[in-house]
Amino acid sequence: MRGICKRFGEVRALDQVSFSIRAGQVSALLGENGAGKTTLMQVLAGVQPPDDGEVELDGKAVSLRGPQQAIALGVGMVHQHFQLVPTMTVAENVLLGCPRPRLWLGRRAAHEELTALAAQHSMSIDPAAPVWTLAVGQRQQVEILKVLHRGARVLVLDEPTAVLTPLEIEPFFDALRALVSAGAAVALITHKLREVLAVASTVTVLRRGRVVAADLPVDTVDEERLGALILGEGEVDGEAGRAWSGAPRSVTSSPAAAAQTPRLSLRRVEARGPRGELALRALDLEVGSGEVLGVAGVSGNGQRELAEVVVGLRAATSGAILVDGAEVSGWSVRRRLDHGIGYVPEDRQRSGVSAGLSVMHNLALRRYRRPPGRALCDWGALAAHAAAQVEAHDIRVASLQQPAGQLSGGNAQKLILAREIDAGPRLLVAAQPTRGLDLGAAAAVRARLAALAQGGCAVLLISEELDELLELAHRVAVLYRGHVAGTLQRDEATPERLGRLMLGQEASL
Amino acid sequence: MGELGLLAFTVNLLAAGLAYGTPLLFATLGEVIAERAGVLNLGLEGLMLLGAMGGVMFGLASGSAMVGLGAAFVMAAALSAIHALACVSLRADQVVSGLALGFLGTGLASILGAPYVGAQGQLDRFHVVELPLLADLPVLGPVLFRQSGLTYAALLAAPLIWLLLQRTRPGLHLRAVGENPAAADGLGVSVTLHRYAAVCLGGGLAGVGGASLSLCLTPGYVDGMTSGIGWIALGLTIFARWDPRRAILGALLFGAIRRLPLDVQGLEWPLLSNPSSGYFMNMLPYLFVIAVLVWGRRRALERGSDAPAALGLPFVRGEKR
Amino acid sequence: MRLGLIPRHQPSPRRRAAVTALALVAGLALGALFLVAAGINPLAAYAAMARAAFFGGAYSLSDTAVKATPLILCGLGCALAFRMRLWNVGAEGQLLLGAWAATGVASAWLPADMPRLLMLTSMALAAMAAGALYAALAGWLKARAGVSEILTTLMLVYVATHWNNYWIFGPWSQGGFPLTPVFPASARLWRLSGLTLHAGFVLALLMAALVWWLLRRSRLGFEVEVIGDSPEVARSVGMPVARDVVLVLAASGALAGLAGMVEVSGVVFRLQERFSPGYGFTAIIVAWLARLHPGAVVVVALLLGGLLVGSREVQPAGIATMLQGLLLFCVVGSELFMRYRLVRRRHG
Repeated sequence: MRGICKRFGEVRALDQVSFSIRAGQVSALLGENGAGKTTLMQVLAGVQPPDDGEVELDGKAVSLRGPQQAIALGVGMVHQHFQLVPTMTVAENVLLGCPRPRLWLGRRAAHEELTALAAQHSMSIDPAAPVWTLAVGQRQQVEILKVLHRGARVLVLDEPTAVLTPLEIEPFFDALRALVSAGAAVALITHKLREVLAVASTVTVLRRGRVVAADLPVDTVDEERLGALILGEGEVDGEAGRAWSGAPRSVTSSPAAAAQTPRLSLRRVEARGPRGELALRALDLEVGSGEVLGVAGVSGNGQRELAEVVVGLRAATSGAILVDGAEVSGWSVRRRLDHGIGYVPEDRQRSGVSAGLSVMHNLALRRYRRPPGRALCDWGALAAHAAAQVEAHDIRVASLQQPAGQLSGGNAQKLILAREIDAGPRLLVAAQPTRGLDLGAAAAVRARLAALAQGGCAVLLISEELDELLELAHRVAVLYRGHVAGTLQRDEATPERLGRLMLGQEASL
Repeated sequence: MGELGLLAFTVNLLAAGLAYGTPLLFATLGEVIAERAGVLNLGLEGLMLLGAMGGVMFGLASGSAMVGLGAAFVMAAALSAIHALACVSLRADQVVSGLALGFLGTGLASILGAPYVGAQGQLDRFHVVELPLLADLPVLGPVLFRQSGLTYAALLAAPLIWLLLQRTRPGLHLRAVGENPAAADGLGVSVTLHRYAAVCLGGGLAGVGGASLSLCLTPGYVDGMTSGIGWIALGLTIFARWDPRRAILGALLFGAIRRLPLDVQGLEWPLLSNPSSGYFMNMLPYLFVIAVLVWGRRRALERGSDAPAALGLPFVRGEKR
Repeated sequence: MRLGLIPRHQPSPRRRAAVTALALVAGLALGALFLVAAGINPLAAYAAMARAAFFGGAYSLSDTAVKATPLILCGLGCALAFRMRLWNVGAEGQLLLGAWAATGVASAWLPADMPRLLMLTSMALAAMAAGALYAALAGWLKARAGVSEILTTLMLVYVATHWNNYWIFGPWSQGGFPLTPVFPASARLWRLSGLTLHAGFVLALLMAALVWWLLRRSRLGFEVEVIGDSPEVARSVGMPVARDVVLVLAASGALAGLAGMVEVSGVVFRLQERFSPGYGFTAIIVAWLARLHPGAVVVVALLLGGLLVGSREVQPAGIATMLQGLLLFCVVGSELFMRYRLVRRRHG
């Protein structure tokens, strides 16, 4: 790929980017969130057309007018967010888009073919299983199968380890090495330095849409050098830089003496998921005031339901939820929020920010009912307050009237936090708060969470980033199949122990 | 009334119900196809009227009911293309576009059908075709095997469409487009093509449903003759949980309920023979749709909805949201 | 070379109005094409319609305003509901039930010699209550079970039609004809001398102002905006979405019910079959063409009211319906040009 340029409106996503992927090796593409890695690969996969520049395969220039062409030319992309149809079976998902068979699907033959292909790559799946029944790791296997089934010669893997537990990462790398020695050309997109050093042969670093280092052989760099490249020389010593350096550093200090009544207490809580299955089983949890309780776990083990049950968006089918000793299980969401609960939802775009409404309206979402009892909104006061918040929290907006859907991920998250913190919560439920954010924004969010805890607020931090949990949390509870498999204090929480709990392999109190 | 009388009444009701349910079945099958691809088509009522009118217009002109039927399909499919254009290419809101389609279809049918209202003349109809031997079976005979060719076609079409959707490649792609268009697109399946095709095919089937009303049941064309069947078909699509085979049962049920007020008049039952009760009996099909919808939703709340996941949402390649 | 789409930032109100106006013109042009295909002279038809609706002196303006009145009321109701993405497609049914309730008060339940103001107020309240309850039923089903309000409100239209017919042909029938007795003088709305224009028009304008104020200044209005834009966000910040769904549909139904009352006590003075040429359905188009803005609803209602008046002059009757459909299509399709910008792409 040479000289690729891509713009989204005012934003230059890619500026004269060149990247090479060679057969028989893993070429890593490194950069923080928002640097342009995914966009570049989308160009390769035919999903986004470049504004300028060319793509060459085997030395010949190609014009990728759509995903179909890319696939036909042997490019297979395994996306970070899976592109699977949950209600269809594994076989149907793999066959999707295939030019053969022409008319009749022939399920039995397809099933046999797939089982053989999977075995060939030391995977085992049930071709007739509907995808929604599969765990996240298995779904990734289906994605890889999709790509292999089409005989892809160039494999692009976008953040593949994001969904794996620490213990599953090494076997995954082994599988990668096997693929590569069979002749495939693999591109690994990631923001994790350790992975690059572990499995890649060359690394290209992107920063803000530009290449800052191209095709560096991996044995010539180390973590420090890579970190400097990603952030830019000046920032290495800054807050963002410190987040990169080696072992995670604890941001939060120990909470005040073991509290009286815990701020939040869940006792034998059960709840059902979207398909009627039991998502939370006999869950016990406690968070004290001023404490940050991290909740770790592989996605799909009840994290979403946990957050919803505490906030009130989902009813617990049994068990008790207590805030400062008061039973809130029957309370409406509004009542709970008024009582002092704040919520930073996992899905920022769907549940956090109302995209069509202005920034000011979004900031007013928790304040519009003050003072209580009246029927009107005081827009003058709300506007003034919004302006103050934008200033105080450093939310970059074009104007207060700008539709909130146009804000970048980081600014949107700052808005949500500003709104929730402003309500003066006693308990904040934060689900995946730094997902998709660039380093600077992520660091800012974490700092705010730490400050909140310092001020006495209890924080329930649900996150899939182990580093984040180790940095912020006083204790880490691991969710496995809707139950707390174990809770570790900060000093005993190592990635290995957490990884084992996440896989359900160790039970600890 | 004796036992035998009750049985005979029920059998008659079911037979007539299936006949009455045929237009509904066609429209529902069409809507299932469109919705499986992710596009809601609220204009069924207008499409059916257009089909009814077109069937009569071309049936009279050509002297053949089959030609009328084909014309109904083509006209309805062509008009549906506008809806597809608005929803798929122009990313319009599917609800409003569907409503607009309904208005357009109704208006066009009224304008173009003005000279044909009430004029039967030499209209060639679809008549009842009795299948030999099978028609003499005790209960199933009259119900299933003494129907018009159109009913047989509809009964065969339902499992055929199921087969096409579940076991063929185009069907797989169509379903994928309705469940996760981004994934389908990423794999090279043309969302645009499949949605256009589904909407036009579905619309065409609705037109056929309308023609089956004017060329078989009524016969002839009158403004507004569908009296809500198009809307009931939407409810039936949900009732059938987007499975063409289940639509047959629903069509039979609703057809029977619609027939009920007419058939009951012939009986001597005290409460029901009162002329006033006719109004309330006429309400039954519509109330039944509501009841069916509620029952369906309760089930969906417990076990998860069967609706195509991308139903009603426009698709833009590469757009976040 | 291919065309691509880039999302536009916020379209200015001027741009929105311009695009809408262009779309309306396009709709009329397409309508002309269809008319030509049907063998009707479009220019003559349009001219005749315009003359009858707007340019025939006080009489035509009065007729247009009379037709516009129920359109304004139902249109407001629809606009309010649509803002929350609640598709109250069955406004016609709520209108019918409102008319029924008003007729009940006027002819059957209250004595005829009541003071006029009191009688009319009771009729209005009864009509609004009937419409509100009817719509709230659909709202409750939606809030509790997620049942599509499109289908429920629509089915209820047919139920209301048969309900009204029962009373018209049965208990309230005058001499066996499908008509109720004419309303007493106390149950008729005031009219401008010699013209058909009645007090309902003023009432409609007042309601428009009320709805506008509600949306701009009240807390419920804010909740409507948020729920309409993103119901998930609304839930996450604690808004009582279920309660608001029922409330807004009830309000929508109340407005439609009021339209029914205004029709029977201002125009026909009795309840009869088919006294409404589908006002409730046309109102859907009014609301959408007005982009859900209460002030614009009044303007668009007058335009479409003129269309209804004008279509009396031309044959066949379906022209008005067809034009409405085309106008709606064009406006709906034009939204693309407001939300996105077309660009040319060099590569594929």
